Amino acid sequence: MITKRKLTLALAATCFAAASASAQTVKIGVVLPYSGVGAEFAQQIDRGMQTFMKLNPNAFGTYKIEIVKRDSKNPSGAEAKTAVQELIVQEKVDILTGFIYSPDAIASAPLATEAKKPMVIMNAGTAWITNLSPMISRVSFSMWHSGFAMGEAAAKNLKAKTAVVGYTDYPPGKDSLDAFKRGFESAGGKTIDEIPLGGPGQVPDFTPFFQRAKDRKPDVFYVFVPSGDHAVAVMKTYNALGMRQAGIKLVGPGDLTPDHKLQAMGDDAVGLITIHHYNADLGNPQNKRFVESWKKDFGAASTPDFMGVQGYDGMAAIAHVVTTLKGKIDPDAAINALRGWKYDSPRGPISIDPRTRDIVMNEYLSELVKSGGRLVQKNLGTINAVKDMCKELQEGRCK
Amino acid sequence: MDPVSILLGGFASGMVLFIVSVGLSVTMGLMGFVNLAHGGFAMLGGYVIVLAMKHWGLPFLPALALAFFAVAAFSVLLERLLYARLYRAGELDQVLFTIGLVFVMTATVTLGVGPETQVVQLPDWLRGQTDLGFIKYRTYSLALIAAGTALVIALWLGFERTRFGARIRAAVDNRRMAQSLGVDVGRLFAVTFAIGSGLAAVGGGMGAEILGLDPNYPLRYLVYFLIVVSVGGLGRVTGVFYAALLIGVLDFVFKIYFPKGGTIFIYALTLILLLWRPQGLFGKRGI
Repeated sequence: MITKRKLTLALAATCFAAASASAQTVKIGVVLPYSGVGAEFAQQIDRGMQTFMKLNPNAFGTYKIEIVKRDSKNPSGAEAKTAVQELIVQEKVDILTGFIYSPDAIASAPLATEAKKPMVIMNAGTAWITNLSPMISRVSFSMWHSGFAMGEAAAKNLKAKTAVVGYTDYPPGKDSLDAFKRGFESAGGKTIDEIPLGGPGQVPDFTPFFQRAKDRKPDVFYVFVPSGDHAVAVMKTYNALGMRQAGIKLVGPGDLTPDHKLQAMGDDAVGLITIHHYNADLGNPQNKRFVESWKKDFGAASTPDFMGVQGYDGMAAIAHVVTTLKGKIDPDAAINALRGWKYDSPRGPISIDPRTRDIVMNEYLSELVKSGGRLVQKNLGTINAVKDMCKELQEGRCK
Repeated sequence: MDPVSILLGGFASGMVLFIVSVGLSVTMGLMGFVNLAHGGFAMLGGYVIVLAMKHWGLPFLPALALAFFAVAAFSVLLERLLYARLYRAGELDQVLFTIGLVFVMTATVTLGVGPETQVVQLPDWLRGQTDLGFIKYRTYSLALIAAGTALVIALWLGFERTRFGARIRAAVDNRRMAQSLGVDVGRLFAVTFAIGSGLAAVGGGMGAEILGLDPNYPLRYLVYFLIVVSVGGLGRVTGVFYAALLIGVLDFVFKIYFPKGGTIFIYALTLILLLWRPQGLFGKRGI
């Protein structure tokens, strides 16, 4: 009898210990470029995360979280790696998240594997990043989501026969080039020139590069540059060189039409055709609520773009992990919790592919039109549940 | 490819380099001061233009004039308070001081205005394309070429053909002799410094369309300014003009034909040129 009672006591004690363990705070390390050329992106993601917390105050249940932010500064990856190391060793975080630039995620991936820290990527779009560590899951996009689909659409919807591709010369740029080329050529088009447009760290003078593209006289000019200031300069140069009048259509992933820069682009951008997983003009109720709350908190002049919504969805993913694991983060269980996770996001229904840990989502083909004195994205068509085609087709480093 | 449009594009980017760098050539060549904060004045000029246009609704050209005078005045303040103390100091001290100043400027602008790139809204008559009869080309590039040419003529006349220019050249060649002849060297240098910084400010504003404008501007383009000035020769206004055109055109051509090479050609070319003529292409020996 006595032994039995002791056993019950011991059992009760263990349960109590488990309960108190679950009351621990989950530490989330956020790595974003809070300064430098990417500071605006960091602000987008930050605001997306804040908006999620505001609209879903009970998402984490009774579990406490603590957010530790670190600046990854420039897009080289080196600063991000240092920040991740510090978050793991000194701050002892449970989950890593953020990562705007691909080099940041690429440089940090080995650390996540070694320290076994789940890494939820909120932007970095180079397709093969998810293959770098079993600890990585991505809630943002792969360059192939938009690039491949745009290639197909350019040949089928826009009836283009020839294309010139301009891309910022770093991993996602090359990825976007490959994706577009594969999609365009498999649909019968031909890529006649590929022009690297300098690095991501600064906005170059695009004139000589665009001059070269213009002289090739393609039907479409597909451009990938980092969203934001690069995109504004692309629109400017495209118009200043009279490429539209020369009959060359500018197309690209939605990085070319970041919602928060759209109105600043002015009439120069009317007619631009892009494909992307989000724009602030989407009509679903989740998005309406998201945009409304955003504008209320951050001013009518501020608009969420795809990065904002990725910050929002990233927090949703982390909330799912924390509540599923009852506040105790076991790395393998955390990644398994994300496999097959489904969510009704402002960008439409999304899920995490159980096999690749990458996102599955809708892609929207849109045209910029002027309506009521402002530029809006007019939806030309939706492709449902798009997977990362790089991994589906087993291309290059995605094998 | 169309050689005329390549030449026009190259000339335009060369003119931007010229307008921004010529002030550096003036201060560094004439006054013998290693002013690495020059790009900082260009950046401040750009911000004055952007903010004046945005908040006061000032048109583009008056905003350029405002930037010239505002930055020139501010630079005189700095010259009298700070730079003047270092005229006799070693080059290393001058370099450290001016680089420190760049960091202060960058941080101040980031704090006050924000880290993002600023867009200079050009007036309608400078946008789009202009038909020259034989070719249609970007209006703004043509405007830059015209402005740069006018500037080089004005500066050349000012330095080579006026009493003021003669005084500056005299003070640079032999400061004590000039002083004993009654030239107020301190004031002369202050005025020269103001003109140099004012030109930088105008260049920052005019070049923003092509070079962009953000808090990291001064350091990002420092190398280009130094290349132009050293290839052109210190203190040689016309030399800087030719050097800027040469570098602008070559950079443009290389970017069109070998976009993968990046800026490597320009750096290699500078290396070879300076090994061949350390005083610069158009510089006098012995500087």
